[in-house]
Amino acid sequence: MTVRLKINGTVHDLDVEDDAPLLWVIRDEVGLTGTKFGCGIAQCGACTVHVDGNAQRSCVTPVSSVVGAEITTIEGLSANGLTPVQQAWIDHQVPQCGYCQSGMIMAVSALLRTNPQPSDEELANAITNICRCGTYPRIREAVRALAGKV
Amino acid sequence: MVSTRRMVLLGGLGTAGALVVGSSAYVAWPRNTAAIADALAAKPGERFINNWIKIAADDSVTVVVPHCDMGTGIFTALPQMAAEELDADWSKVKVEAAPPDRAFANGALAEGFILSTQGTSADQLPAFLRGAVANTFRTVAGFIDLQTTGGSSAVRFTGVLGMRIAGAAAREMLVKAAAARWGVDPSACTTQSHRVFQAGRSFGYGELVAEAATYSPSSNPPLKPRSRYTLVGKSIPRLDIPRKVDGTTAYGLDVVRPGMLYAAIRISPVFGGTLLSVDAGAVERRRGIKKVVRLDDAVVVVADRFWRARDAVAALDPRWDDGGNGAVTSAQIAARHAAGLKGDDFRKDIGKGDGADALARGRLIEATYTVPYLSHAPMEPMNATAVWKDGALEVWSGTQDGLGARAFCAKIAGLPMDKVTYHLLPMGGGFGRRLPGYFNFLEHAVKTAMALPGLAVKLIYTRDQDMQHDYYRPNVTSHFRGALDGEGRAIAWSNDYTTDDGANGEAHIVYGIANQRIRTVKVATHIPTGPWRSVEASWHGFFIESFVDEMAHAAKTDPLAFRRALLGDKPRHLAALDLAAAKAGWGTPLGEGRGRGIALFESFQTIVAHVVEITIPPGGGVKVDRVVTAVDAGMAVNPDGMKAQIEGAIIFGLSAALNGEITVAKGAVVQANFPDYEVVRLAECPRIEVHLMTSDAPLGGAGEPGVPPLAPAVANAIFAVTGTRIRELPIKNHALTVASR
Repeated sequence: MTVRLKINGTVHDLDVEDDAPLLWVIRDEVGLTGTKFGCGIAQCGACTVHVDGNAQRSCVTPVSSVVGAEITTIEGLSANGLTPVQQAWIDHQVPQCGYCQSGMIMAVSALLRTNPQPSDEELANAITNICRCGTYPRIREAVRALAGKV
Repeated sequence: MVSTRRMVLLGGLGTAGALVVGSSAYVAWPRNTAAIADALAAKPGERFINNWIKIAADDSVTVVVPHCDMGTGIFTALPQMAAEELDADWSKVKVEAAPPDRAFANGALAEGFILSTQGTSADQLPAFLRGAVANTFRTVAGFIDLQTTGGSSAVRFTGVLGMRIAGAAAREMLVKAAAARWGVDPSACTTQSHRVFQAGRSFGYGELVAEAATYSPSSNPPLKPRSRYTLVGKSIPRLDIPRKVDGTTAYGLDVVRPGMLYAAIRISPVFGGTLLSVDAGAVERRRGIKKVVRLDDAVVVVADRFWRARDAVAALDPRWDDGGNGAVTSAQIAARHAAGLKGDDFRKDIGKGDGADALARGRLIEATYTVPYLSHAPMEPMNATAVWKDGALEVWSGTQDGLGARAFCAKIAGLPMDKVTYHLLPMGGGFGRRLPGYFNFLEHAVKTAMALPGLAVKLIYTRDQDMQHDYYRPNVTSHFRGALDGEGRAIAWSNDYTTDDGANGEAHIVYGIANQRIRTVKVATHIPTGPWRSVEASWHGFFIESFVDEMAHAAKTDPLAFRRALLGDKPRHLAALDLAAAKAGWGTPLGEGRGRGIALFESFQTIVAHVVEITIPPGGGVKVDRVVTAVDAGMAVNPDGMKAQIEGAIIFGLSAALNGEITVAKGAVVQANFPDYEVVRLAECPRIEVHLMTSDAPLGGAGEPGVPPLAPAVANAIFAVTGTRIRELPIKNHALTVASR
């Protein structure tokens, strides 16, 4: 059976099961590897993508639940160049190993769309992604610097 | 030439040590290796001028780093050190990972640990190299297969002993080439900003590279004094970061090969267990399933897509032989440690003065401390991609040693090294998990690929397999006794500690206590253990700095003042302690339910002092509000990069202190994923202030030294507020409320 997904503006007709996890379909069927596998149970956020602009953990998202939605991955976050969030990540030298940062940037970008000036507490409550390198202080600084700019 | 001094020092390691210099250390890099290096890693127009530096006719300088990127910033710091001595223009400097080939073996790292552990024996190698040694270099021929990234060693060994010298030697060769063209003496020439100058004329480095490469690199070129540094000591933005914000950095997980298959694994839950049988019929006819592979210790399902393999392997019902360890529990392991400490099988570590006899001369303080097993849990689960075809093996993976990984894969496949190609990829976190000796994922991937000849197979551990088949930070115990004289001064120190390995230098204390006895007893279990960020220091830091705090409180002395009194002959340690205390406002009141703890520890040649501020909320528990840190690593090559490493170490240490615990039931690990192995997230992340100090000491490590003093600083703060002494980690297992003191 075919599942039709719209990812980064491109329509893909994919021969996968209804309950195939969006993460692995994005990675293995569509070939976009910027979205990462971390825990497989929606605990760590490494697999965060946007579904109609909202952050969603793709590792537990069955593809049938996002048919007709606008799905955006890190590769499709910006039409050209870097977004202000990505630039802030460079300015504040946020990433260490970098593995969680696709998910981190997707989660923060979605938050700033609805709350452009989050307090530290609002940020911490909204962004529960795990970074084992411990880049949180710089994420906090980068988001403070972005206040009102996104 | 190899200097006599080096020969003497290397003599301690015997034949194997001597071969390091002869074959792979920078000083004796043979000319024909340049041709090998060119063939392996030079792109059109580039030439290797010595083993770690390529210069192209377009003036670009590429520093080839014999390490792997796991996010610690060494792919910027090491090029900074080379470019500094080369007088390179930073805008023309690029960086690449060295291919996993003996031409790029990290002789400087080998030399570094030999120099820093003079008189050692091969059995007393630093822990982060032990696995590599056991697996690859116990034979003379294998000794050179070293590209290890670990032990906070990149800057202090590869950088200090390798990159600086490579940069300076390359500069010398460029100067010789220019001098020859001008017909002047090289001493008449100077270098600046990527050019050689003499009497108002100049050549760019790119113009000189062909002739420069014909000279032999010097083994001891003159090096700049720190006062002349223009690149080292600057917070240059990291070269790897732009590709880490747009999803384009390809980790091991991201390898794509034509027709690639995916493999999911279930390993014997009991360590050392073996697969007896499995009925594959249950899944073989499912969509996309290609093969069920039976390994000695695991069953693997190979499919056309990962989720199909994952779901199929989960549906199997394999039968295991538990190897006799199927009933082991954490409680039994704890009892073994307790029995070890009560027995008389101690090996003496060190003694000073009258040793433990002096305990009788003062007021006795006694306590026993324990830390649990810990998993590394890097964000990228273990994985590797392999294809076995026509008697050759090709492997893609992120490990902390590309050359060691290649040698390991060759051994597993029963192939000579030249039949194995290994592609070293960036790691989504290492923390010791991906060091040589801990390559179960490579073994599983290679053996799976060998069951499907000609096909590329990517094997990925799901998070539960990753967490339950780690090589854990050991569960160990220390029994302390200390004595205070009538004026509250520490006069005796006794530490009996268990180990799953050998004696640990990290158990030795920096404090000036006249009488000491430190002994160790080995306690064996079937749980595999390995280096975990800061290794032995991760537990001895907690043990020692907590017990010193206990002694201070028993002496009714301020914990800062108590430590200061014992650091009379340790000015660097004292300065770090004082700086952290001053910046944190030590001694100023914090209010109800709040308090501070302090701890100091040196590891990997870097001294770190933390002052931690906590709040005990009215409902109980603990919130870490602020960490103020002083770091003396001699100097920081890239100060912002070092701060990032210390911040990361604080958070890594805090995750372990608050929540980290791997327990054992039925011989297997209980925890499977982040809900039951919780780590610090943004909401628990304290404010962190890192103060870097500069001293004339040799450069110290950056990645690990921030971890050891973190847990004791938190625990000491908890005691200050609650009166509860945390003698067993993690803190989550203790009920904490504000004491009515």
